[in-house]
Parts: sequence; C-alpha cells; structure tokens
Amino acid sequence: MDDFLAPAVESSPTNKPWPGRGGGKTGALQRRLKDFWQGVAVSIPIMVGYLPIGIAYGILARQAGFSLFQAVSLSLFVYAGAAQFIAVSMIAAGANPFSIIATIGLVNLRHVLYSASVAPFLQKIGISRLLVLAFGLTDEAFSIESVVLAQGAKTPSYIFGLQLAPYLAWNAGSLLGGLLGGWLSGIQALGLDFALPAMFIALLIPLIKNRELVITAIVSGFLSLIFGLFLKGSWNIILATLVAATLGMGLSKWKTSSGS
Amino acid sequence: MENFFWVVTGMLAVTYLARLVPMLVLSRMEIPEGFRRWLQFVPVAVLSALLVPNILLQNGGLALRLDNTYLLAAVPTMIVAAKFKNIFLTVLCGIVCLMIIRFAFGML
Repeated sequence: MDDFLAPAVESSPTNKPWPGRGGGKTGALQRRLKDFWQGVAVSIPIMVGYLPIGIAYGILARQAGFSLFQAVSLSLFVYAGAAQFIAVSMIAAGANPFSIIATIGLVNLRHVLYSASVAPFLQKIGISRLLVLAFGLTDEAFSIESVVLAQGAKTPSYIFGLQLAPYLAWNAGSLLGGLLGGWLSGIQALGLDFALPAMFIALLIPLIKNRELVITAIVSGFLSLIFGLFLKGSWNIILATLVAATLGMGLSKWKTSSGS
Repeated sequence: MENFFWVVTGMLAVTYLARLVPMLVLSRMEIPEGFRRWLQFVPVAVLSALLVPNILLQNGGLALRLDNTYLLAAVPTMIVAAKFKNIFLTVLCGIVCLMIIRFAFGML
C-alpha cells in the first residue's frame, strides 16, 4: 500500500496534513503523510457512496429552486447529508428559518452521541486539531472511526485523511449534481424526487432494532402525519419527535425496571 | 430564500456544535444517563416524522390510496433497506421503482 501511495504523496501539493507545531523534521512529516494517506485509503467506501448521493443532492437542490452557489455552499459549510436533503425539502415547502434550524438541530442530535463516543480516543489530541476533526464527523465517517479507533491509537493526520477525502467527494458530487440540475428538466420522469424519502428509509430501517424503537417510529410517523394535516412550517416534525422519543425512552425504562 | 445566509449559518452552528462540544467536554464529563437514553430514540423518531408525511401527505391532504406512487415505491425500498442496509443501493432502488411505477401508470 505504501508503494502504491508514495508517488501521489510527492506529486500533490494539497496533501499537507496537519500543518502546525513540530512539523520541522522530515521524518515526522513523512510519517504524517503516510498516516494521512492510510486514512484516505480507509475512507474509499465512503467516497464511493458520497459521490452519487452528492450528485442526487445537487440535482434536487437545483430543482427545488436553489442556485448553484446555494446548493454547493450547504455542502461546503454544513456538510451533513441528511440535514441538507431536509433543508432543501423544507425550504422548497416554504418553512420558516427557525423551524428549519430546529429540525436540523434535532436530526443532528445523533452527532452528539458520535462525538461523545469517539472522545475517549482523542484525549491526546490538542483542541485546535479537534476543532477541525469535529467538522468531518458524519454518520459514515463515525461508522469507520468507531471501528479503527478501537483497534489502536490513530494520529490526527490519519483521521484528517479519513475525513477530508469524503468531504471532497461530497462537494464534488454536489457541484456536479448542481450543474446537471441546472440543465435537467422533468425530474419527475427520472424518479429522482424519490431520492429524499428513499434516503430517509435507508437511514431509518436499519436503526429499528427492538420493539421500543418500532413503537417510537410508528408513533412519531403517525403524530407527524396528523400534526402535518393541521400545522404549517414543519412543526409537526419537531413535536412528533419530542413526544415519540420521550415515549420510547419511557418504554425502555419501564422494560428494564419491570424485567429486572 | 432571502434568509438563506441565516439558514446556512444556523445549520452550520447546530451541526458543528453537535459534533464538537461533546468531543471537547466529554473527556472531563459524562452525559447524564437519562439524556443519553433519550438521545438513542431521537434519530428513529426524527426520520420517521420526516418520512411518513413525505409519503402520505399530498397537497395538504391524506393520500392513503393505491394510486399514491410514493406509497407503492416505498414498499420495495423498505425491503431493500432492511435486507442490504446500504444507503446508495436503497436510494437507487427507490428511484428505479418509482420510475417503473410511473411508467406502469402511464404517467411518463
């Protein structure tokens, strides 16, 4: 793998990982580059997944009325697939900014768990580097990090490589899709308007692992539908989530206390 | 869309802080057990709350009908999601299924 990656390291000017303290020695720099490219190699499955979904996002955003700049700026600055799809659909539906941000906040609460669970492995890494490494902690990056970090200590360069490559793939996909979406007409004919609900299904179904989660999903979907008939501005999503998640927690507490 | 700048800034803040703050704080502090337990139910609740109206709500009304193409396409998509647990494959299946269903309904 080192032989395979070595030429690319020398020829590319953009691969400087982790500029900063103590980078003077060439040996240390080479080690960082090696770690960086190992991280990139590990992230290849994520890149393969991000590129087409990024394209789908770009097309959808343009079809929903986003400019190319707006579509890509969400990918550059927010970098959260599900949140971006949701923002596109909510903005297209005329939701107000506060309810969009509140919904995104709820959707992103899962990142609190990711961040918390990688924290024990990052104790030796300085705060300035954590500021960078937190930005790329997507669902998929976490799913790989949680495995490789448990296998042994990883340097910031390694994690940076693991996160930067998918970030670039996601943004390249968004840009391509944004350009395509400007030309395409009749998104309905392609069935692409189903990319968003299909992604919700893809994220939701594997998460439903026990009876409490089944009940949570059904109650939340039902309440969201009923509230959605009467409420404007996507408040149905926030209300249904708060009620259903609390119910799910109550059920699991009841189960553990009655089962013991 | 005149609020776009603020929407992006707000989204950036809530996304980045969710990824950063626990990482910074948690080496010194534990998440309270009750909150941790509640958090475990949030993703499922949010996703379901997003999905169901997306499929069953059309033009502001309930569309629990057999000519609801989204509903028909959702069934095979869910099966693929459960079987393969792969986002890309699931999205692809959903898009192709919807195309086929629309074609069968003579909507194309």
